[in-house]
Amino acid sequence: MKSVVVRSVSKLWGEARAVDDVSFEVEEGTLAVLLGPSGCGKSTTLRMIAGLDQPSMGTIEIAGKDVTGLTGSSRGVAMVFQSYALFPHLTVADNITFGLSVRGTPKAETARRLDKVATLLGLGPLLARKPSQLSGGQQQRVALGRALIAEAPVCLLDEPLSNLDAQLRQELRHEIRALQQRLGITMIYVTHDQTEAMSMADRVILMRGGRIEQNGTPADLYERPANIFTARFIGGAPMSFLDLDGGRVLGLRSEDIVVDRTARSGIHATVTSVEYLGAEALVTCAIGERPVLARTRGAGAPAVGAQVGLGWEPSAAHVFDASSGKRLVIEHGEATISPFLLTTQSQGSY
Amino acid sequence: MQPRRNSRLNIHVQGWLLALPAIVLLASFTHIPAVVTVIDSFYSTPRGRVPSSFIGLDQYHAMLADPIFWKAFNNNLLYALITVPVAIALALGMALLVNGHIKGRTALRLAFFTPTILPMVAAANIWLFFYTSDYGLLNQIIRGMGFANVNWLGSTSTALWSLMAVTIWKEAGFFMIFFLAALQQVPPDLYEAARMENVGRWTVFRRITWPLVMPTTLFVAINALINAFRIVDQVIAMTGGGPNNASTLLLFYIYQVAFSFWDSSYAAALSTVLLLLLGGVALAQFYLLDRKIHYR
Repeated sequence: MKSVVVRSVSKLWGEARAVDDVSFEVEEGTLAVLLGPSGCGKSTTLRMIAGLDQPSMGTIEIAGKDVTGLTGSSRGVAMVFQSYALFPHLTVADNITFGLSVRGTPKAETARRLDKVATLLGLGPLLARKPSQLSGGQQQRVALGRALIAEAPVCLLDEPLSNLDAQLRQELRHEIRALQQRLGITMIYVTHDQTEAMSMADRVILMRGGRIEQNGTPADLYERPANIFTARFIGGAPMSFLDLDGGRVLGLRSEDIVVDRTARSGIHATVTSVEYLGAEALVTCAIGERPVLARTRGAGAPAVGAQVGLGWEPSAAHVFDASSGKRLVIEHGEATISPFLLTTQSQGSY
Repeated sequence: MQPRRNSRLNIHVQGWLLALPAIVLLASFTHIPAVVTVIDSFYSTPRGRVPSSFIGLDQYHAMLADPIFWKAFNNNLLYALITVPVAIALALGMALLVNGHIKGRTALRLAFFTPTILPMVAAANIWLFFYTSDYGLLNQIIRGMGFANVNWLGSTSTALWSLMAVTIWKEAGFFMIFFLAALQQVPPDLYEAARMENVGRWTVFRRITWPLVMPTTLFVAINALINAFRIVDQVIAMTGGGPNNASTLLLFYIYQVAFSFWDSSYAAALSTVLLLLLGGVALAQFYLLDRKIHYR
């Protein structure tokens, strides 16, 4: 069942279109990530789902109902803010139960739910403290608790981990995902961090310039990027692009390229730099003028200046239309891509 | 060893030298006079050939039996109890108004602040005109509505209240600036978090805004309280304490005793009482600000 349906939603700030005709659906009990660089409209989209901003055009449905004119709790939505937005004068317990208390929930019910949420998030010993006495990670948990206690079917998170250090970010990533699955709630999660998106999401909605570039599972985005932007944005190291004939562009992920140190097979290339990372090394090679990034085992990395051969599985080749940037469907196996490489002519950048 | 001790000594000397101008000014115009005042209050006032002599607490006994002192004291207490809360409520109300997104809010802010930049005597003269019984603005309005003239400053029942109105009018705009600064310190996403819970405006004010501006409220309240006991120029300019001491306040009474009746020792005793009163308020301020209201 569809939990959140966004239909042709646009948001205009004066002349500028922050969000431009965006449509997507989120299944009940799944985690969808709105991913994109800053200014792509992902936070604005989230705020419109929350009801904090009204769409200039289009409609939003939650649990099958048009929620225009409703805000937050009355449309069945809770939110975790990037800054946590904890009330500095209230204790952790009062922060978490704020929404219940203004709605006049009975004391016993409030206590029961607070107990449940505190246990879930390990906040028991902190309930009497003020937010200023908590670490960043603890504050984040309190913000999460305040969103969860409402037991709203949809929980929105706006870059919830961006103020935390890398270690804590990874821990909370797992924790949030586990909570979402255990409680079976729908989550919409905004981030600019593709690792966060790939590791947590059931669906990733990649946005740029107020529009959706691709909407699919993390594997879809990685294995079949719909366009050059997605191909560049998703993945550990940037994808390398090579011009083909017929206005086509070949995209290769560094991890798909096999480096033959004997240079007896594959396309001839010269190693121009090596970035040693321990377990692996990022090797930049030049095919003619064009740089190609490959990944090798750290121990067996070739030296700078070495002649190597580069090869890849035909299925690892991503081919895009150079002018539109869109993915082209090619039949693998009939011909390898390599004969079409234009290695000598000067090439544009992507 | 020797040069190091010298340089340390030098630092101390330099420090004291830098502080010296401030120390001299504070000591000669504030601390020494205050101490001398307290000492003087235990002596009689020298008159003609009679030199002053030690009389212990006689001045204070006289004070307890002085009906005008009590009148001034009670007037001042009432003055503080009315003007402080009303000025604070108005200031906060105005700050909330001009903190919102309304058209012409800069002009409005300026308008609210204007009374503060007027000198007290100028403001007093404006209000003298408002209060004048024949052609005063207030009476013209009242007559227009069909009521009889009121002698605002000349009647014992209205003189003190008329002065209070001027104080509130003059102070509210000033305090508004403090509240405005405090309101702008409140992170906007706290209000968004409240919006997510569909909290009404009054509840938002009661549960979020009011507690968060509390340190400012206390600061303003203490200052307003101290100001209320320091008012003298307004009384001199508008009523002279009259009629029948109806608008006499403590500092004005001290001024009268010292410079109209030339009873300097009694004035010193009165000043000591006022000093203790203000000192108590200041102590309360430090205690409350440091201990009672802290949340960050």
